Amino acid sequence: MDRRCAVVGVAESEFGTVPNKTAFQLQVDAATAALEDSGLQRDDIDGLFSCGGPMMYPLELGEYLGISPRYIDSTQVGGSTWELFVQHAVAALQVGQIEVALLVYGSTAKSDLKRGVRFGDMPPAGRGPGQFENVHGPTLISKYAMAAMRHMHEFGTTSEQLARVSVDTRYNASLNPLATYRDLITVEDVLDSRMIADPLHLLDCCIRSDGGGAVILTTEERARSCRKRPVWVLGTAGAQSHLSMSQWPDFTDLVARRSAAEALAKAGVGINDIDVFELYDSFTITVLLTLEALGLCGRGESGAFVSDGKLRVGGSLPTNTDGGGLSCNQPGMRGLFLLIEAARQLRGEAGERQVQPRPELALCNGTGGYLSSCGTVVLGVD
Amino acid sequence: MAAWYLPIPDSESEPFWNAAAEGRLVYQHCRSCGNDYHYPRARCPHCWSDQVEWRDASGRGTVYTYSVVRQNPMPPFRERVPYAVGIVELEEGPRMMSALVEARPEDIRIGLPVEVVFEREGGDDGMVVPRFRPAR
Repeated sequence: MDRRCAVVGVAESEFGTVPNKTAFQLQVDAATAALEDSGLQRDDIDGLFSCGGPMMYPLELGEYLGISPRYIDSTQVGGSTWELFVQHAVAALQVGQIEVALLVYGSTAKSDLKRGVRFGDMPPAGRGPGQFENVHGPTLISKYAMAAMRHMHEFGTTSEQLARVSVDTRYNASLNPLATYRDLITVEDVLDSRMIADPLHLLDCCIRSDGGGAVILTTEERARSCRKRPVWVLGTAGAQSHLSMSQWPDFTDLVARRSAAEALAKAGVGINDIDVFELYDSFTITVLLTLEALGLCGRGESGAFVSDGKLRVGGSLPTNTDGGGLSCNQPGMRGLFLLIEAARQLRGEAGERQVQPRPELALCNGTGGYLSSCGTVVLGVD
Repeated sequence: MAAWYLPIPDSESEPFWNAAAEGRLVYQHCRSCGNDYHYPRARCPHCWSDQVEWRDASGRGTVYTYSVVRQNPMPPFRERVPYAVGIVELEEGPRMMSALVEARPEDIRIGLPVEVVFEREGGDDGMVVPRFRPAR
């Protein structure tokens, strides 16, 4: 990359169960806190990157925020969208189209469910490719479960191995005072939790929460005068495969294989140089498939690979250090929170869950849809 | 108004649903690149040729993968749990999603030979939908 770009501000809004705030309010709360973190001013923002609402959503959001950006992006490919936004924002920053990018997200997914204005497993209607799926009753979880089932069939992966991801992520959450679930769990707890869609148990699934987040990126020149140590964006890439499950050629091969290879190459580093990993964990199987796609272990080897607790803070491969979507927060499209936690780890701001020695390189990999899209971002500090 | 989960045929998919109503399972074949595919598209997704034709499938296939849904808040599926749904690979190659019917969920496994059956969904105003059961 020619002109370097950096993450200079990160923040969450209040998260967990937040019945008294709207999704927009969570976004303005997070944006305000991220600006404060960066030292930049509201009027500096000239690029807006967000998704999660209906058609013309950026207009609704920009109007609510009272800002009038010159660069607008509302790509929407699920939870990986935020990693793709980094790719897009950096491209816009590098050529001088913008100076300061705001990535912002907010959702009241949990409270909406309680209020009965949203259903948990609402699929799209019977139009387009959905007409060939929804009449058969697949749930979102069952689509991920189909990948887990195939992985077990091809490679002998076990429910115990899947459960390890959840157990170790909960350990990390226990070190995070803001995490929604902090009590330690065991493999048996996961296996004893009720089956939602075979082979995925309740504790193989991410939690649902309300919450918002914001990330601010800017150019090297501006980053130098921001409040905190710049977190450099060293490499980014995206990839997509399918939307309909029948169109996914190989249920054990995630397109992170492409996006990660490309992002690492751009960063000029190898996967074994990375000190901390923030990997989308919609379900335990998502993490296993991601570890293989990143090349951290071979095809089919991820189950055995995670069995020694290496994903814990203090382990050899600290992953989802804030407790991830499995235990910390998950308002729906969680990719933004991967970036926030990676920046905190690289700055050395992660408190009890801080990876030691302080990491210099982090990799975030978002996964969206039904294991459909991936975005990889490699971050580093000087 | 038709139930929320029923297919809404369009100009590209109508022949598929009309064939199902006649008890035939069809897929598309590209005369240009030779690929067979599902779901129906006016141009081949492999080469964008519009030289595509409909073919009758044998109705036989195998289970590529599946899950057993034990929780679904949406009617009519909430009354059907637990049920198996998965991806069937047709003898001819293309894959399709299908409920796996006329079997107990615990009898479904990957690699199981299956055959097509046609089921009506949504009552008299509904649709005929191809699904798969264990081969007999």
